[in-house]
Amino acid sequence: MGVWDKEQYVREGVPSFQDERKFTQVGRSVPKVDSPAKVKGEAVYTDDMVLPGMVYGRIKRCTEYAHAKIKKIDCSKALAYPGVLAVITGEEAPNKWGIMPQVGNETVLAIDKVRFNGEGVAAVAAVDEETAEAACDLIEVEYDPLPVLLDPFESLQRAKEIQIHEDAPDNILHEGEQNYGDVDKAFAGCEYVLEREFKTNMPHQGFLEPHAALANYDPQSGHLRLWSSSQIAHYLHRQIADVLEMPMNKIRVTVPTVGGGFGGKGEACVNEFAACLLSRKIGRPVKVTFDRSEVFYTNKGRHPCHMKMKIGLDKDGYIQAVDFDNTLDKGAYAGWGVVVLFYSASMIHLPYKVPNARFRGRCVYTNKPSTGSMRGLGGVQPRFAMECMLDELAEMAGISPFELKMKNAVESGYTAVNNMYVPHTEYKRSLQKAVEKSGYLEKHGKLPFGKGIGLAGGYYITGTAYTLYMAYKPHTSVLLRVDTEGGVTLHCSAVDIGQGSNTVMAQMAAEALGIHFEDVHIQSHDTELGTFDLGTFASRLTYATGIAIRDAAEQINEKLKEIAANLLGCRADHLAIKDRKIYSVFEAERKSIEWEKVVEVAVNTVGSLAAMGHFSPPRRRGFDLTSGKRAQGANIGHSPTFGFSCQIFEVDVDLETGKIKVTRVTESGDMGTMINPMAADGQVEGSIVYNLGACLYEEQYFDENGIHLNPNFQDYKMPTIMDMPEMDINTLTDSYDPTAPFGAKETGEGAVQPTFPALVNAIYDAIGIRFTEVPITPEKVLKALKEKKEANE
Amino acid sequence: MKQLIALNINEQIYEVPVNPWDLLADVIRNKVGLIGTKKGCEQGDCGACTVLIDGQAVLSCLTLAIACQDKKITTIEGLAEQDGQLHPIQQSFVDRGAVQCGFCTSGMILSSKALLGSNPKPDLEEIKRALSGNLCRCTGYKKIIEAVEAASETMSKEGVK
Repeated sequence: MGVWDKEQYVREGVPSFQDERKFTQVGRSVPKVDSPAKVKGEAVYTDDMVLPGMVYGRIKRCTEYAHAKIKKIDCSKALAYPGVLAVITGEEAPNKWGIMPQVGNETVLAIDKVRFNGEGVAAVAAVDEETAEAACDLIEVEYDPLPVLLDPFESLQRAKEIQIHEDAPDNILHEGEQNYGDVDKAFAGCEYVLEREFKTNMPHQGFLEPHAALANYDPQSGHLRLWSSSQIAHYLHRQIADVLEMPMNKIRVTVPTVGGGFGGKGEACVNEFAACLLSRKIGRPVKVTFDRSEVFYTNKGRHPCHMKMKIGLDKDGYIQAVDFDNTLDKGAYAGWGVVVLFYSASMIHLPYKVPNARFRGRCVYTNKPSTGSMRGLGGVQPRFAMECMLDELAEMAGISPFELKMKNAVESGYTAVNNMYVPHTEYKRSLQKAVEKSGYLEKHGKLPFGKGIGLAGGYYITGTAYTLYMAYKPHTSVLLRVDTEGGVTLHCSAVDIGQGSNTVMAQMAAEALGIHFEDVHIQSHDTELGTFDLGTFASRLTYATGIAIRDAAEQINEKLKEIAANLLGCRADHLAIKDRKIYSVFEAERKSIEWEKVVEVAVNTVGSLAAMGHFSPPRRRGFDLTSGKRAQGANIGHSPTFGFSCQIFEVDVDLETGKIKVTRVTESGDMGTMINPMAADGQVEGSIVYNLGACLYEEQYFDENGIHLNPNFQDYKMPTIMDMPEMDINTLTDSYDPTAPFGAKETGEGAVQPTFPALVNAIYDAIGIRFTEVPITPEKVLKALKEKKEANE
Repeated sequence: MKQLIALNINEQIYEVPVNPWDLLADVIRNKVGLIGTKKGCEQGDCGACTVLIDGQAVLSCLTLAIACQDKKITTIEGLAEQDGQLHPIQQSFVDRGAVQCGFCTSGMILSSKALLGSNPKPDLEEIKRALSGNLCRCTGYKKIIEAVEAASETMSKEGVK
């Protein structure tokens, strides 16, 4: 762990030029390329930037209501205030936006009515932050309050009376049903059938760097530059173009250092639009940085889910059917909602073989801030339900949860009933390893009252199959440039939000080119300097950039080998490139030349070398001419490959205070090859503590009028270092997906999947109470213990 | 009413005009231009703005700049050697993978520096307690603890303060 174990990749007797797994650059725990600047305080985040003539923007928000008609906005006093340069309201940018353009329904600032507490109604640009803030206070807004809908079921029920959006008469963003096999028939033949309801919370991503954006419109050229703390430079680029009605080629989006995202910066944000609009209006750079409360008002946290699930096992313990009904609390606007709805649907198909499955779901508007994409999007909630129920079903069937999961676990080459295809999995070995390392079988059911151990598994996608707007273009393109001046430069607009993609891309490029990781310069984070990339979400970057990099590097290698073959007097197809040398695999001692020497010859004869590499995901949906039907399923939820993991939680429940202490977590993941084991460990450790917080502490509270009660880190409690359990990370070091670039799969979101259920199963083992709602606060624990005691008396 | 005050930051004197209500974090960032001090919450909850005042870890978003005259302020920029060599704490954060997004890093390193300044060989519980006011959302804290342990080792071996 942490240190690359060279031996693990070596297959006895196979030379490295015949073994694609014999890496020299991939598999190294090199420190991240940006960490020296970060430890010195020199990394530049968006709010750290200052441009000549720069002024400050601020959003005027509706803090009084969660649902109200706007009767009048009077900006005259604000405009007259000294130092104020411009004020804008919603009418000035009426184009609707959203990450899915088909359903996007947000405007930059509210027009006619506000739909959640804290929604922006105007924006100000002023010479300094104090003036901008003072000007916001001078904007007078008259509201006509409307009834507030905070619960999705109430939203559905009262839709005739109160509508949040005019074009959604039922207060439903989207609903859907999926049927595979015959669920009802399958249940009828089951020996064990269990039905349960679960409810999840609305945690926030809690990235430490608040949203910040700086825009600079040049009135002479008509070009707009935007610097922003975003995970999705490309989608942001598109949406800015739509809202400002400018062609994309006149807009350049640059992402400075990003202080965390976890999906929360995976949508365009009001500050970005406001900065651009204000800058275009006054012809000066405008910076809009949110304070922490504005981050909470903007929100885009995790969708609360109200889930009903039914699972049936046959007499031998094999899953025969899963029926899943999910009502998602969308909050006020569409955003990622449709995607999250159907991801939650797809999650019941893996990591177990489910021959019959049914999903019914709906994404319902409420007067809460819009929910969005949060680490493990669409997976965390159904995984919680399913893994807890399998724990209970195992008890019903009289076998250990481990045995039940091993029995049903998928294997490489599995195709789910919804047509999702799993090219590679080591899920069973993950289960075995975690069980073995934790002593689960010896401890489960045998620990003293108050102490418990729980197991859960999970999986996640390695990128998506489709773009969020209709297009079949490659999802990632890279430009690899090799010359005698810059050396090796990799251009790709992918954004590193702290997970380490800039480092991992350099390692993969070096591996593919046969040079050293230190030799590769990365030009990323910029839509003009970098070639196309879809964005940092869905755990897609390592796989997508890896394929594109390999594609480009092969073209460069081919050119270099041709030149080297001439220089060495041998066949080009006898040459291999390793460790900065190009050599004949048959006559290495006599026929070998420095890589840099060949590059020099190449540049001097044909000029600088460049190659484009592309990645297009495999897709499973399409029109079948033979049957005349469109293939069902495997759209949202399908992925080139999947990562798997198992977590085992050990807890100590304080019976006096109800406080749950997680004492130890044993994890074993299958992420294929770890390109950078130290960074991969960091993803897993971070994931565990991240979702431990959402399971035990984190929730956003609203009063009966929809006013956000805890939009700050004082009242929104995230795990501190005191809450960190002992963590034993046992990522499989010999997992290798032959269909993946360098054998690598996802790691950033898979490890948040088993956390809720592993923890909840451990609590059950400790105190015999199965919680079906998160967060499991001490109050809930005490209440449940009291009820249990009373029931026993 | 602005007044001119002198602040000793990283052993350099900066004369800055401040309002009596100006916060140290804002003055360090906006007037002195040392951007390594971060603002994550502005309410003293996240610890990203931690600086050292006379060797003690202090939240600069809850400290008035005007109250810091005649005090020795150290920000993250004041830790590395004159020649750019990293301080052992910085080096071990890099080497141990304790840095992800980096937004908490300045505060984490300065809280660690304050700890190791008064307690060169802290145990796990002491490290946790010293860093309990610094939130990190990325790492799960494990590698940060390992980095502080490693730095403590190096510093006592090399006699670095």
